[in-house]
Amino acid sequence: MQRVGVFVCWCGSNIAGTVDVEAVSEALKSEPGVVFSTNYQYMCSQAGQDMIKEAVKEHNLTGIVVCSCSPRMHEATFRKTAAAAGLNPYMVEIANIREQCSWVHKDMLTGTEKAIILGKAAIAKVNLNTPLTPGESPVTKRALVIGGGIAGIQTALDIADAGFPVDIVEKKPTIGGKMAQLDKTFPTLDCAACILTPKMVDVAQNEKIRIFSYSEVSEIKGFVGNFDVTIKKNARFVKEDVCTGCGACVDKCPMKKIPNEFNLGMDNRKAIYIPFAQAVPKVATIDPNACNMLKNGKCGLCAKVCTAGAIDYTQKDEYIEEKYGAIVVATGFNPISMDKFDEFAYNQSKDVITSLEFERLTNAAGPTAGKLLRPSDGKHPHTIVFVQCVGSRCDACAEKGKEYCSKICCMYTAKHAMLTRDKYPDTEVYVFYIDVRTPGKNFDEFYRRAVEEYGVKYIKGMVGKVTPEGDVLKVQASDLIANKQLHIDADLVVLAAAIEPDKSARPLATMLTASMDTNDFFTEAHPKLRPVESPTAGVFLSGACQGPKDIPETVSQAGAAASKVIGLLAKDKLTGNPCVAHSNELMCNGCSSCERVCPYGAITYSDKEFRMPDRTTKIRRVASVNPAVCQGCGACTVACPSGAMDLNGFANSQIMAEVDAICK
Amino acid sequence: MNNKEYLQEEIIRRSGVNPSKCMRCGKCSATCPAYDEMEYHPHQFVNMVESGDIEPLLNSESLYKCLSCFACIDRCPRNVEPAKLVEAVRLTAIRQQGANRMTANDVPQMIEEDVPPQLLVSAFRKYTK
Repeated sequence: MQRVGVFVCWCGSNIAGTVDVEAVSEALKSEPGVVFSTNYQYMCSQAGQDMIKEAVKEHNLTGIVVCSCSPRMHEATFRKTAAAAGLNPYMVEIANIREQCSWVHKDMLTGTEKAIILGKAAIAKVNLNTPLTPGESPVTKRALVIGGGIAGIQTALDIADAGFPVDIVEKKPTIGGKMAQLDKTFPTLDCAACILTPKMVDVAQNEKIRIFSYSEVSEIKGFVGNFDVTIKKNARFVKEDVCTGCGACVDKCPMKKIPNEFNLGMDNRKAIYIPFAQAVPKVATIDPNACNMLKNGKCGLCAKVCTAGAIDYTQKDEYIEEKYGAIVVATGFNPISMDKFDEFAYNQSKDVITSLEFERLTNAAGPTAGKLLRPSDGKHPHTIVFVQCVGSRCDACAEKGKEYCSKICCMYTAKHAMLTRDKYPDTEVYVFYIDVRTPGKNFDEFYRRAVEEYGVKYIKGMVGKVTPEGDVLKVQASDLIANKQLHIDADLVVLAAAIEPDKSARPLATMLTASMDTNDFFTEAHPKLRPVESPTAGVFLSGACQGPKDIPETVSQAGAAASKVIGLLAKDKLTGNPCVAHSNELMCNGCSSCERVCPYGAITYSDKEFRMPDRTTKIRRVASVNPAVCQGCGACTVACPSGAMDLNGFANSQIMAEVDAICK
Repeated sequence: MNNKEYLQEEIIRRSGVNPSKCMRCGKCSATCPAYDEMEYHPHQFVNMVESGDIEPLLNSESLYKCLSCFACIDRCPRNVEPAKLVEAVRLTAIRQQGANRMTANDVPQMIEEDVPPQLLVSAFRKYTK
């Protein structure tokens, strides 16, 4: 039998205002196992804690019940107190008589009655408590960053800066991501390449960072501190360590008509290519779907001109296995497809483009060398219509588009419009908007400058349809302020397409058992207080994979994710939560119900040999829980039909005892 | 409930449209081929139903300028379906004028090979009180 001490807290007048604390401590005195009961003004204060410690000594207490605020608030405090008094910290139970009692009741009688019942339930539970000891697991001091855009780059640099080795896995032939495709960045208009490429070089030169480009993660096993990851390095048919990036092979390659992904198909590249001049690693890659040598065995020109001897047509995909302590997801975003938005004639006219395509058109390294020319005829456009919110802020039931605001479009459209008017003052620029959303440092000032100083025509309303007629685009739109329907003959229409998470995010989330929302953005552990952590321990989030973000926000989040990773890797050992599930193998019938409901992938099945009463042996399939992965949610204990699964600290018998105490 | 509120609720119930979903982007009015003919444009129509100003709509010519092309329904990003509101107000106007213009007995005579049954069903719904 336990010797239980009950400590009722007044919490000033927070509890004592609507609960008769004296009556509560008195009533709980006669509960089974209770040998001491008292009340005090502030239990969590030093004096209150000392009172508990003394009572433990004086009355030889084996269990403690504190009737106070929510366990979220002070459970940890009182566990420490118990430990200091020489008790196992898991012999403490909290009865929440503040948030769930005194704060919601106005009447002293009902409040007191409920507080007594809650106290009885906690006493019933503590009578069945057993001392628990948390397990420990080692930490592999290496981090994995999935995605090599600005988010991944910044996270990797920050982790490496703290002295931990980092690997970046990037599926494209080069790191840099979307930011490498941009021309200028709002609101200060620095050139994207000028601020990004030095960082890319830093990554390449950092001894702590390894880059796996043209690679993807193919398997993830393990748990926080101990992930086993298999990385698939796709064959690029060029020896990465030998290639000097001189580009002689690219010059000689006869396959010239391959749409260039980096310029969004607005010009062509060769079958062997380096995505852009500042690519990291600056190594050529052969596109196996375009190369004549790989397809038909005819050609081999690149191998002939390569003085370094880097070309290897027999290269195979390579699988690399590595251990990591922490994983950062930085898979980024893409603009949505415009296929369902027929009204804007995106698929009918080359002169209807997305904003990312516009970005390439104005980039000095782009298909037009930075001159703003129409994709159809290479003429300078004189009237440009920008359409905002294409596919953003749509109804959840609509067949097309996304429900959320894509956040970055208002600002980049203002930037495009401003830069166009600055470079080509003879151009009429219209921006059709629903709302202009500019919450950010110097953002609204930037947008106002576009209107007031650069004469961009902002019109509140939406474009209804775009009809290509000859070499003009007939734009029909509404001007809600003037209450007019407008008809504009435009030369170029730019659509601010909504953004969505990269398609690789969903399968990755499955591998990580990390949760996602309905839009495939990764979910954070807490939207306000834990914004860069996934609910899955050891998995962190950086950049637009968690939600639409601009560059300043992405970089801050990348740094935050890195600091969380550093905090984890700095530990030699991880102390687990002892309140984890365990399976009674004698009762387990191997049905897999628990494995299916476990959100963390903590449960595995194995065949085990059991001795039967008649001295024979039998092989049965039984569940076992990995305590380092289990987060103690208890879903398995509910799902288990045979009652084999139980949760330490929240055992079925303890929960039932609480219910009985309440219902008595 | 006064007449104004009653009318508003009738229109919302009959059309099945929730005008508060509108985010005032004006794409309906941008897309409308009959825009210039109208006194109240599609986005105003939605707004007026939302604020309960049904009377002016009932008495406006705009009601009969709508071609029922449903372009606004197709393109509305918020699934508000303005044309359905127009249809509901038209129906209210017809019902207010009273008198059953069609009875069940009239239907058999109207059945012809080239008349789609759907037309008769809608006509019956519309012209019967």
